[in-house]
Amino acid sequence: MTLSQDASLAETGGGSAAPGLGAHPAARRRLRKRAKGALNYLGTMPFLVYVGVFLFWPTYLVVSGAFQNNHGHASLANIRQVGTGNHLHALWETIQLSLGTAIAGAILGGLLAWAIAEGNPNGVFRRMLLSMSGVLAQFGGVMLAFAFLATYGYTGLVTKLLQTAFKLSPFSTANWIYTLFGLGVVYTFFQIPLMVLIFLPSLDGLQPQWREASDNLGGGLWAYWRHVAGPILAPSFVGAWLLLFVNSFSAYATAASLLSQGSPITPLEIRQYIESELSVNTGLAKSLAFTMVVVVIIVMTLYALVQRRAAKWKVK
Amino acid sequence: MTHRHYPRMTALIVGTVIVAVLAFAAVASGSTTRAVNKQTAQSAKAFGSMAALVQAAKKEGKLNVIALPNNWADYGQLISAFQKKYGIKITSENPNGNSQDEVNAVIQLKGTSRQPDVVDLGANVMLANVNLFTPYRVVEWTHIPTALKDAKARWYADYAGYESIGYDANVVKPAPTSVKSLLGSAYKHMVALNGDPTTASAAFNGVVMAALANGGSANNIQPGINFFKSLKGAGNFLPVDPTPATIASGQTPIVIDWDYNQLGAKQSLPSGSSINWKWIVPKNDIVSSFYEQAIVKNCPHPAAARLWQEFLYSAQGSNWWLRGGAHPVLQQWMTSNGTIDKKALAALPKVVGTPIQLTQSQLTKGQALVQAQWPNL
Repeated sequence: MTLSQDASLAETGGGSAAPGLGAHPAARRRLRKRAKGALNYLGTMPFLVYVGVFLFWPTYLVVSGAFQNNHGHASLANIRQVGTGNHLHALWETIQLSLGTAIAGAILGGLLAWAIAEGNPNGVFRRMLLSMSGVLAQFGGVMLAFAFLATYGYTGLVTKLLQTAFKLSPFSTANWIYTLFGLGVVYTFFQIPLMVLIFLPSLDGLQPQWREASDNLGGGLWAYWRHVAGPILAPSFVGAWLLLFVNSFSAYATAASLLSQGSPITPLEIRQYIESELSVNTGLAKSLAFTMVVVVIIVMTLYALVQRRAAKWKVK
Repeated sequence: MTHRHYPRMTALIVGTVIVAVLAFAAVASGSTTRAVNKQTAQSAKAFGSMAALVQAAKKEGKLNVIALPNNWADYGQLISAFQKKYGIKITSENPNGNSQDEVNAVIQLKGTSRQPDVVDLGANVMLANVNLFTPYRVVEWTHIPTALKDAKARWYADYAGYESIGYDANVVKPAPTSVKSLLGSAYKHMVALNGDPTTASAAFNGVVMAALANGGSANNIQPGINFFKSLKGAGNFLPVDPTPATIASGQTPIVIDWDYNQLGAKQSLPSGSSINWKWIVPKNDIVSSFYEQAIVKNCPHPAAARLWQEFLYSAQGSNWWLRGGAHPVLQQWMTSNGTIDKKALAALPKVVGTPIQLTQSQLTKGQALVQAQWPNL
């Protein structure tokens, strides 16, 4: 305590404090170390500023706004509303949608990643699929919604083909895309490549020696997966699945450009209360956003716990 | 140095003479040219006469308007007609802005020569900002219905859109005749509403129109929500947000929207399009949404702003709104005195009945209802 006080004195005192420092070589060492540490922090400044301006400040605004009424006074009125009727229903729908697309994405993407991992590490198949996944995992939003509408919408290509070839009404073949189910299908489109990208490293990390050791001990394919690969991969798989959940939970632009009637999921409800020409309610919007922040914090805490377990088998 | 005194002295003498003459003229002519406070003048009479107002406005020579798109209610024509008639230059800022953008500009540019002099606002934005505006009564003030103007004359309705049912006459057969007719089996998956009624004014007023057609009223829009439930149950409701593009591509064969949007959609159809866009305003179930004019308090060109209002509320000005597919607030009066542009009137669908417009409290009540029920339609 005293040492650090000395050091801070030295900092503020500048040159005049230097003679006194001679008596405390430990303090001097500490000071030098601290100066070096400060310099290191300087390098992270752009990042910290960025995170501050684009993550912490908006989060602060949402959290503080969630606990105010529409006149800026502290109040729980908006938060209470979130737990009622349509808002609760929308939150539940959002969670279901995210669970569903995360499961579909994790299974299909996991299988695809497995196929890639089993193949030639330098092959064309692997390189092609990896670059495709890199692009498609980011191919969300308006472009994706438009691509689906142009293909399966009421005047989409496939719908028109079905109409001319089988005389099917566009409305019987295209209605699904404008529903929550359709939204799930569209979301899965970017969930699968994301799963490939985040799960492949874990599959690549499976050492051939482990398989050989299992074989030498007389274990078959089942025993290997049951006792070796399965337990090693499980934490990464669950972790990847949690990331997919959050990815879908916080998606907005795709849903916004696909669904125009009703606000069945929370991100669209938030839009409703921010953009309405008739009844803007930013306080309620912030409370809804706050519940989303809470859900994401819970899921990311789970993710951190799972990652700790997954790291155990990472080959250094 | 001394020679400099002479011009100054001359100026002083000339000035005194002018003031004396003006004062005499003022007294002689019954005090009309007494210094007019242009910022607080509440009518053309306050300037002495319409000619005096025109004179004062011409002297200012400029007018700032905002958020008036050229193809919206024919504002492009209105602006050039005004400039031509009075030789006053109009600066038109941010033509595609919305009502809130107008209010923000009024506040942010306060005290500068760039501040908008006049605004054209949606009703709810106007009500939230009345204190920004100064009272003025145009010559035809008494012909504006009482419900459509501020008692203190700070704002006054200018033109309206009516809720309407648009359809592609080549595809939609038979043509819809009323709100209830939309439940017919010929319209499977055809009826689109312009937006979500919890966010879009056009969609919300579509629900109000459906309420009027099904025994409801401005105070009770529940029958309107029920109507859309049955529409969905019949498989006729189309969950696509209609735009001129979806109309042109045939995705939305029937669209419930403001009638000026129907006109806009029709006008933006590509030439040779197979779409034959028509619309009806349902008989006796007319919901209107008026925009409102106001003059900004202490604006940079107070006389020109007042002259602009007189121009808009003259038959010449109001007929441009009509040609742009909007219904001028003076429409009824212009019809009765024969100044209305009959050709423009004939080009629009026939309107039978008295339009209603929701008050702020009716709107709040109705919004609560759609917010609670629309998500589970």
